[in-house]
Amino acid sequence: MKGRGFRIYAIAYLVFLYAPIVLLPIFAFNNSTIISFPLVGFTTKWFAALSDDTSLLLAVRHSLIVAVSVSILATTFGVFAARATTRYDFPAKGGIMGLIMLPLVLPDIIIAVALLGAFTNILGVSLNLFTVILGHTLIATPFTIAILNAAFQSLDRSLEEAAYDLGETKFSTFRLIILPLVAPGIISSMLIAFTISLDEYIIAAFLSGAGSATLPVYIFSQFRFPQRVPIIMALGTILVCLSVLLLTVAEYFRRRGIAKAGGKDTGGFL
Amino acid sequence: MTESQDPATRPARPIIELRDVEKYYGDYYALRKISTTIRQGEFFSLLGPSGCGKTTLLRCIAGFEELSGGALLIDGRDMNGVPANNRPTNMVFQSYAIFPHLTVEENVGFGLRRDPGTKAEKAARVAEALEMVGLKGYGKRAAHALSGGQRQRVALARALILKPKVLLLDEPLSALDKKMREQMQSELRKLQRQVGITFILVTHDQEEALIMSDRIAVMFDGEIAQLDSPERLYRRPVSRKVAEFIGIMNFLPATVVEVGAEQVALDVGGLGRLSITAEQCPGGARTGTASVGFRPETMTLLFEGDPEPTRARVAEGKVTEVVYYGDMTYYEVLLDGVEKPIQISMRNVVGRPVLQRGQRTRVAWDPAALVLFG
Repeated sequence: MKGRGFRIYAIAYLVFLYAPIVLLPIFAFNNSTIISFPLVGFTTKWFAALSDDTSLLLAVRHSLIVAVSVSILATTFGVFAARATTRYDFPAKGGIMGLIMLPLVLPDIIIAVALLGAFTNILGVSLNLFTVILGHTLIATPFTIAILNAAFQSLDRSLEEAAYDLGETKFSTFRLIILPLVAPGIISSMLIAFTISLDEYIIAAFLSGAGSATLPVYIFSQFRFPQRVPIIMALGTILVCLSVLLLTVAEYFRRRGIAKAGGKDTGGFL
Repeated sequence: MTESQDPATRPARPIIELRDVEKYYGDYYALRKISTTIRQGEFFSLLGPSGCGKTTLLRCIAGFEELSGGALLIDGRDMNGVPANNRPTNMVFQSYAIFPHLTVEENVGFGLRRDPGTKAEKAARVAEALEMVGLKGYGKRAAHALSGGQRQRVALARALILKPKVLLLDEPLSALDKKMREQMQSELRKLQRQVGITFILVTHDQEEALIMSDRIAVMFDGEIAQLDSPERLYRRPVSRKVAEFIGIMNFLPATVVEVGAEQVALDVGGLGRLSITAEQCPGGARTGTASVGFRPETMTLLFEGDPEPTRARVAEGKVTEVVYYGDMTYYEVLLDGVEKPIQISMRNVVGRPVLQRGQRTRVAWDPAALVLFG
């Protein structure tokens, strides 16, 4: 039958993508510290151990602080940049935008080394969560600009002029017309920046000083101790569930935004 | 003094005065020293090809563009430094600019946000505005679910609810299909008479401008080439360029032999020696080479058995092309002694045959229909 080869390919591809993730919940509930088959028995003790692990909870706390800050900062910068490129003309616009978007293709390790040198050797700043936030904002901003550019570009300029013409100020026009219409883009942008920051390892490893490890940095450090691995599996299970939830919420808002503005759905993340 | 409601007898008070209005972007002149007056209550059109500056001028009046030079007065008040949100003008945009996240009544009532009236008063004004544009009962609908014609009406209601001194319309009908456009043309005209507000329409469609306007300013290259009533503009264009832009005009080479105080003597290729009145020279006349123009409907093909015309003169030629339109037939006729064929349109009448290509024909023409271009 025609197309059979493609079907096998597609199934193999999906298995390759998701089978390792399926292993997470399996071993998170397995009553053994060794990650191998056959399974020994059902337990929830790893989840209990997770909630007792204060250093792990601290790392989660750090990651959330960083990710929320980055999503707000990167999206704010993204709004400024997207607004500037879609509405105004200024000298060297292409060059400036190119430089802003460059971290998108620059290897993270280079950014990490450069920032480390700049912070510790040149500026003499001590490493802490704040330096991680700056590093993550740098790499997340190109993504937010890309998303917000699309949102601002699809906005008809006459809409602003119409509101202004009807007596509103520049600021109230932004609040009443522009913001509601680009809101889905802003939410998408914040979610993307949040996700990028949450799972970023290299920059966080370089720029988080002693006692300010983020979750990925902490997890990687724990793999040295075999008895800790099932706890990481339990943590991974929770993170997968949260990711699915987050994506669903994001998609819900994106579709609602499009329906509200009467646009045509051109496909999103899901 | 009370103002008459009839536009014909209303005193022609100026509502907009342009004094040497200039707009340039770097080296590019969009508007070159435009001076003119727009009267209270008239339907005024800015007509011209794209890039002629008509939209720039409209946007300058609205306050979206600042003047580079000159002065703009609305109702006697200098608008220099007055931003768009403080001007007594409202605009209907080419894209309609309906706020897609709001309902129809939220759109229409948007300009009332800063109005001190009560909620009930505002709702009544919105309902009144919707009724005026024929959208009664559409208030609760989502704006993005409307058809093109309905959006157009919402945009009109939204702009008119503030009772502006001047309503600015930027190619408002260009996105509609032909039927809808024709319907909106007559509705807009009626609406303008009803509300008595000055309308300024920007359009590149000469037919639309002729149908709707009290006066039309034809613009080329940032300047007003002619400002006149639709009839004068059609019958007495001041230049070949204006004549070519408005409808169809035939041109024949001519030599001006003598310019008198009231009469001008010409020698026209294919038509011979003739004289016209000074009124037929809207762009002026001086001796030397020139051209004369005439509209396709001012010449008549003579059929066998037609009575010999008494007032008109007769030329001869050959039919080179026939285009049948149903109510009309357009002929191309090569007059004897002329290089290029001219266009003649004839109303189709029962019992009269349509001429065929290649047939010889006689053409009746009247010197009074000619216009001289220098």
